Amino acid sequence: MKLRLRGVRKSFGSKVVLDGIDLDVGEGAVVCLIGSSGSGKSTLLRCINLLEPLDDGVIELDGLDIAEPGLPPDPIRRRIGMVFQSFNLFPHLSVLDNVALAPRKVLGVPTAVARVEALELLARFGLADKAGDFPDRCSGGQQQRVAIARALAMQPELLLLDEITSALDPELVGEVLDVVRDLRQSGMTMILATHEMAFAREISDRVCFLDAGRILESGPPQQLFGAPQHDRTKAFLLRVIDAGRLER
Amino acid sequence: MQQEPTRRQRWERRQRRRSIAVAALSSTTALVAVVLAVPRLPGYRKVRAAFFDGEIFVDTFGPLARAFLYDLQIFAWCAPAILMSGMAIALARTARSPALFPLRVAATVYTDGVRGVPVVLWIYLIGFGVPGLLQSRTWSNPVLWGSTALIVAYSAYVAEVFRAGIESVHESQRAAARSLGLSNTQTLRHVVLPQAVRRVIPPLMNDLVSLQKDVALVSFLGPVEALRRAQSFKSSLANFTPYVGAALLFLCVSVPLTRLTDHLLQRERRRMSATAIR
Ligand SMILES: Nc1ncnc2c1ncn2[C@@H]1O[C@H](COP(=O)(O)OP(=O)(O)OP(=O)(O)O)[C@@H](O)[C@H]1O
Ligand SMILES: [Mg+2]
Repeated sequence: MKLRLRGVRKSFGSKVVLDGIDLDVGEGAVVCLIGSSGSGKSTLLRCINLLEPLDDGVIELDGLDIAEPGLPPDPIRRRIGMVFQSFNLFPHLSVLDNVALAPRKVLGVPTAVARVEALELLARFGLADKAGDFPDRCSGGQQQRVAIARALAMQPELLLLDEITSALDPELVGEVLDVVRDLRQSGMTMILATHEMAFAREISDRVCFLDAGRILESGPPQQLFGAPQHDRTKAFLLRVIDAGRLER
Repeated sequence: MQQEPTRRQRWERRQRRRSIAVAALSSTTALVAVVLAVPRLPGYRKVRAAFFDGEIFVDTFGPLARAFLYDLQIFAWCAPAILMSGMAIALARTARSPALFPLRVAATVYTDGVRGVPVVLWIYLIGFGVPGLLQSRTWSNPVLWGSTALIVAYSAYVAEVFRAGIESVHESQRAAARSLGLSNTQTLRHVVLPQAVRRVIPPLMNDLVSLQKDVALVSFLGPVEALRRAQSFKSSLANFTPYVGAALLFLCVSVPLTRLTDHLLQRERRRMSATAIR
């Protein structure tokens, strides 16, 4: 798996949200997107998953330009998993069926097999006893872990995580971050948009600082957090430190 | 083993007894008031003789009930047809593909146009108009065209109910489904529609209850169903009691239908917020 973005542009009306993004993500890499609210992190992830059409630019997945207008998006989306800030579980399906739905319908896995595999995934994240429950009976942390399991059930080559802990109570953040650590261990390629700076520093191979739709600065976490080059990056990190989200 | 009730249980039991007592008292008061007051109204005797003649009621109820089976039959084939065509129109209205633009326009014109005309007018227009146009003996059955008129009219109302349901499912549900690789159709079928339909069951049942009553409008075209039967009894007996009998028959269906809706809703609510045992 290799992802390569060149000159990705996206506007909503007259508002430019992504203003020429270049990004390379190799197999097994973990890349964090940081930046202030409105800088375009979510939009970038949605573009990579083709949930938003690009205005311009190239997104290559293993050499195939998936941003080519007119290319059927479904076969590409099933190779890329996505987890959302607000979980977006299907409320009318049990936890187990949430996880098993896409393998059954998209890959044609027989229901019984899909359920067994779904249960294995849930068990891996400590959710086996929640399998028969409906999502609204689960805590936020449990729901988000189910959402991760649901994305993994399609065995994606790349996982996009959009501020997956932002809607959680502080004491539930840890259990979800543990799952991400676990995924990193297993070699999953991931792009995370996050406000959890300490976690970004710990987990990522590379951190990208987004500002007004551009990647202003990027590098290994020690470098970006330890010796930021741009004034805007420094100002952002200082604000983050003031807000108590990062230690000095 | 008998367990000592908790403090909460004792309190709840006391509350329950109290509410039952209050309800019983207020109901009795209301009933007594009606029973005492209504007979004192000046026209009471006349009305009682005209509407509540026990003998006429007994004599006419059997034939009325048989005629009512006709209403039930019309309802039984109209309801599924309406649900299906209503859903089809709703899907056409909410279709997003540009290729389906003409379909979307047609569905919008249909729902707006049809709902702008009273149901009874559709019965007349289609029930007399179409056979008039066709001028064919085999295709002049009034029940056929009466049913068609009901289906035409009610599909528009039901389509709007379904459309509201479809649009009430949040965009993020579609995004989640599409991100898993589900196609547009699969997303609709497995994610959007199941949630949409559950949400609109109450308004849908309301429409079915009104349909069940509007079936009587088909009688304007000639078929002798309960309302028409009651009408002819009224003419021959010079008494309104058969209408009361017909009303009771309609109530026998619409009240259980309404209760069933409530029951389904409650069960659904419990199911969604309780541990599923399977
Ligand atoms: N569908 C849309 N229509 C119009 N504007 C949009 C849309 N989606 C996003 N935007 C705008 O694009 C900009 C970037 O939004 P985006 O959600 O990508 O930011 P973000 O970096 O993820 O912010 P946050 O940290 O708050 O999640 C914002 O100004 C937002 O208002
Ligand atoms: Mg965002």
